[in-house]
Amino acid sequence: MTVVKIFVNYKDSILNPEAETIKKALGRLGYQNIAELKVGKSFELTLADGLTQEQIKSEVNEICDQMLVNYNMEKYRYEISETEVI
Amino acid sequence: MKFAVLAFPGSNCEKDSFYALKDVLEEDVTLVSYQAESLAGFDAVVVPGGFSYGDYLRSGALARFAPIIPALKGFAGAGKPVLGICNGFQILTEAGLLPGSLQKNTAGKFICRQQKLVVINAQTPFSSRYQAGQVITLPIAHGDGNYYADEETLQELEANGQIIFTYQDNPNGSVKNIAGITNQAGNVLGMMPHPERGVEEILGSADGIQLFQSLIDFFTADEVIVHE
Repeated sequence: MTVVKIFVNYKDSILNPEAETIKKALGRLGYQNIAELKVGKSFELTLADGLTQEQIKSEVNEICDQMLVNYNMEKYRYEISETEVI
Repeated sequence: MKFAVLAFPGSNCEKDSFYALKDVLEEDVTLVSYQAESLAGFDAVVVPGGFSYGDYLRSGALARFAPIIPALKGFAGAGKPVLGICNGFQILTEAGLLPGSLQKNTAGKFICRQQKLVVINAQTPFSSRYQAGQVITLPIAHGDGNYYADEETLQELEANGQIIFTYQDNPNGSVKNIAGITNQAGNVLGMMPHPERGVEEILGSADGIQLFQSLIDFFTADEVIVHE
């Protein structure tokens, strides 16, 4: 089986209030060494067998364009891996 | 004037909009399901507030794939007025009918209160009953009301007079204090404050009436006011 992990995060230029709030809360817990904290989303797609790498990349890019990513604020990357069927 | 008020799974202001238009303004109004595929016969469409599809993925991100959206795009493309309120604004940005996007409030909390707004452009189908510079009060109720657009887009919004309302005291971190914008053609307005909840003094404000009245003027006027 092919597993695609997609990571969507805010662009570096965007201030993410959720991440800032978590960072401040960790600071209150005593974790003072965090220079930067990012919060994003991850998606894991398990794909049908028999697809070429080109087909997989094309479909994943299309899915991100269509729905998973808002390019006004976000960027994405993905990793493709093969898993053994148990 | 025939208004359509859309209702998605998770919308919760469609009945407020219906009430404002039907009972307060005494206009013809129909609730239209997200599953409908036509907006034929309507003169204006309201995309109401709420939490369509639970705000899953991003606010408004899933509603834009609903069956009604192609008809909404066609309606907007034909130059007819579309008003997106709160989640409706978020849906319109996700659907590409308005520039920019809305992210979480910088204050880290949901904000529900009466809010003072400044009318920036009073020469639109949505704001002609106001005066430029007038301060009005409308309720806000949102967690994701923090408007963001890049510098280039903001310059275009300003140059084209697309910023209609700004916050007097910015509650959510929106760039340029933006509370409501139109598309370039001026017939699609998205705003986080709720004009439909500000239509009677007992609600805390009746300043929302003029917004709907502006639309009715626009529809009934012999000479339409063209957004520049």
